Amino acid sequence: MIRGTVVIERDICKGCELCIAACPQESLGLSSSININGYRFAELIQDNCTGCVNCALVCPDVAITVYRQPKSAIKKAV
Amino acid sequence: MEQTKEKTGTSKSNNQALLMKGNEALAEAAIRAGIDAYFGYPITPQSEILEYFTAEMPKRHGIVLQAESELAAINMIYGAAGAGGRVMTSSSSPGISLMQEGISYIASAQLPCLIVNVNRGGPGLGTIQPSQGDYFQATKGGGHGDYHLIVLAPASVQEMADFVFDAFRLAEKYRCPAMILADGALGQMMEKVVLPEEGSLPKTEKPWATVGKPATRERNIITSLFIDPEKMEGINKQLQGKYKLIEDEVRFEEIALDDAEIALVAFGLSARVCQKAVDISREKGFRVGLLRPITLYPFPKQAISNLADKVNFFLVVEMNAGQMVEDVELAVKGKRPVYFTGRMGGMIPTPEDVAAEIEKLVHSLSLSEVK
Amino acid sequence: MQEEVLTNGYELVYKKPSTLTSKPFHYCPGCGHSVVHRLLMEVVEEKGIQESTIGVAPVGCSVFAYDYMDIDMQEAAHGRASAVATGVKRIHPDKYVFSYQGDGDLAAIGTAETIHTVNRGENILVVFINNAIYGMTGGQMAPTTLLKQVTSTTPYGRTHEQMGYPLRITELLAQLPGAYYVSRHAVHTVNAVRKLKKAIEKSFDYQKLNRGTCFIEVVSNCPSGWKMTPLESNKWLEENMFPSYPLGDIKVPKDK
Repeated sequence: MIRGTVVIERDICKGCELCIAACPQESLGLSSSININGYRFAELIQDNCTGCVNCALVCPDVAITVYRQPKSAIKKAV
Repeated sequence: MEQTKEKTGTSKSNNQALLMKGNEALAEAAIRAGIDAYFGYPITPQSEILEYFTAEMPKRHGIVLQAESELAAINMIYGAAGAGGRVMTSSSSPGISLMQEGISYIASAQLPCLIVNVNRGGPGLGTIQPSQGDYFQATKGGGHGDYHLIVLAPASVQEMADFVFDAFRLAEKYRCPAMILADGALGQMMEKVVLPEEGSLPKTEKPWATVGKPATRERNIITSLFIDPEKMEGINKQLQGKYKLIEDEVRFEEIALDDAEIALVAFGLSARVCQKAVDISREKGFRVGLLRPITLYPFPKQAISNLADKVNFFLVVEMNAGQMVEDVELAVKGKRPVYFTGRMGGMIPTPEDVAAEIEKLVHSLSLSEVK
Repeated sequence: MQEEVLTNGYELVYKKPSTLTSKPFHYCPGCGHSVVHRLLMEVVEEKGIQESTIGVAPVGCSVFAYDYMDIDMQEAAHGRASAVATGVKRIHPDKYVFSYQGDGDLAAIGTAETIHTVNRGENILVVFINNAIYGMTGGQMAPTTLLKQVTSTTPYGRTHEQMGYPLRITELLAQLPGAYYVSRHAVHTVNAVRKLKKAIEKSFDYQKLNRGTCFIEVVSNCPSGWKMTPLESNKWLEENMFPSYPLGDIKVPKDK
């Protein structure tokens, strides 16, 4: 499986949960703490992100940056 | 006799005089002033302006577009002026009322442009005959918020042409919309005119315009929205500061005022009527002179104040119910009586009417000694 | 850099486009506006046309669109964005010009400007955000508000007897010969977002052809105005908005 990860800018996240619904891996959830604007923010809750970008595409606040394992690394693992 | 000759920006290529309608002379002057675009909507008595552009611009230079409404036209002006174009629109009173929203935005966004109002009688749909009933609207802002236009009032076909250059020069110097406030008679009548030379109005740099943002500068935003009240007040102060500077651009004409004991004050077509009334009254032995404001905004307050120390009384003549008279009263500050006579609804006072009014006032005030 | 540490040698596959400013969006949680802003600026970045793109912002929730898009922009009066865009485009016919407008702006107060801009076939892109409500002023009825929909000015639901019918202005505009490309989209799912981006890309390409107006409607949500969570609003959108405003191309270029 391709491995990826996301970096969520917590202080601009408004906790709308659209990314959580868009994630096919159920990798994302809402934090239990709040950010500077008083919102619970989205965060990785499982280490199974594939870097599919879905969350970033629907994020209204462009709060998500997505990274993915390079293809070369996958070959090496195989 | 004009006091501020150096403020006129036109140069004539030759002395060849043409016989032209006011509206057409204005449109031709605008092409010669190098306008990039005209957006307008037909309305009597100024439709010749739009017609002239639609006939001439395809052969020469510039964009002409007949908009779907005055609302659209003034907002096209906003867009095109914001994009750095030298642009103008024209209309007549009801159409200018429709444009007020856009004019307010243009004033706030500090965009230079020319708006021509060939004034007709009102209120409402009114009449298509000449009027000066839009003086308040032109000089006091017209739309919402604290703003002014630079307002020039031509009194001849020659000035209909010349003031296009002056208006653009002032508008671009101060980033302030300028208005030529004419009337239906000036628009329709034919007179001799020597047109300004094509290309004699230099283009001005507009580093603030929306032309596409290169990597080398911050983006340019044209807006009138400043939601933070402190910032909005800052913009207001900036505008007011600009209007203070614009006061230096005041222009007026003095006719036979050197020995005058009675001062007529009139602009535009009324001033032409008054010029003749001065002759008639002087023949009767009354020492009458005329002060003609050329810029209605800025208003020649100081000149009128100075005059109040010399003359016995003022008579303001307008083709409305008495609008500029309020500005004259403010300038006179109660030092001398200020009277008003005028016609409304598209009627034009005659020189004889004005001369008779002067005579009546002199007698009723027992001022026969001024003879 | 912090991110490099976190990502442990992974490749960057998605980041915010450089053509958006650093200012965080002021929109309510889950609002579709900023997704459309982002897609426009992604296209501008990818096509390398920041220097030749001029936008016009409307009055409504997206009145501050120019705070986020790092391009030259003008803020128009309510409803007049397409007239302003016309003025800009006529001065700069070689530049990419778009207006960005909501349903109240474009389909109520600005209907005349909208229709005539498209009828002239102005070579601009008009982006129309339809969320069936006036969001900024507090959730009043819009021309596109659905029948029976409750808003702050249709507290018992919109009835056609009192307030007329939902205005399908996009279908109306598609009939005009000046309309070159007319398409309706959404941003509620990943697929919808991808399709909208394609449509925006096409619209910018078409603008170079000078063949008429490109018009993209985005059926969007208003969680605050509809008084729903963002997820509920997207579900409501699918169930209630799409039957009246079906997605897809309405007019595509025939002369290709």
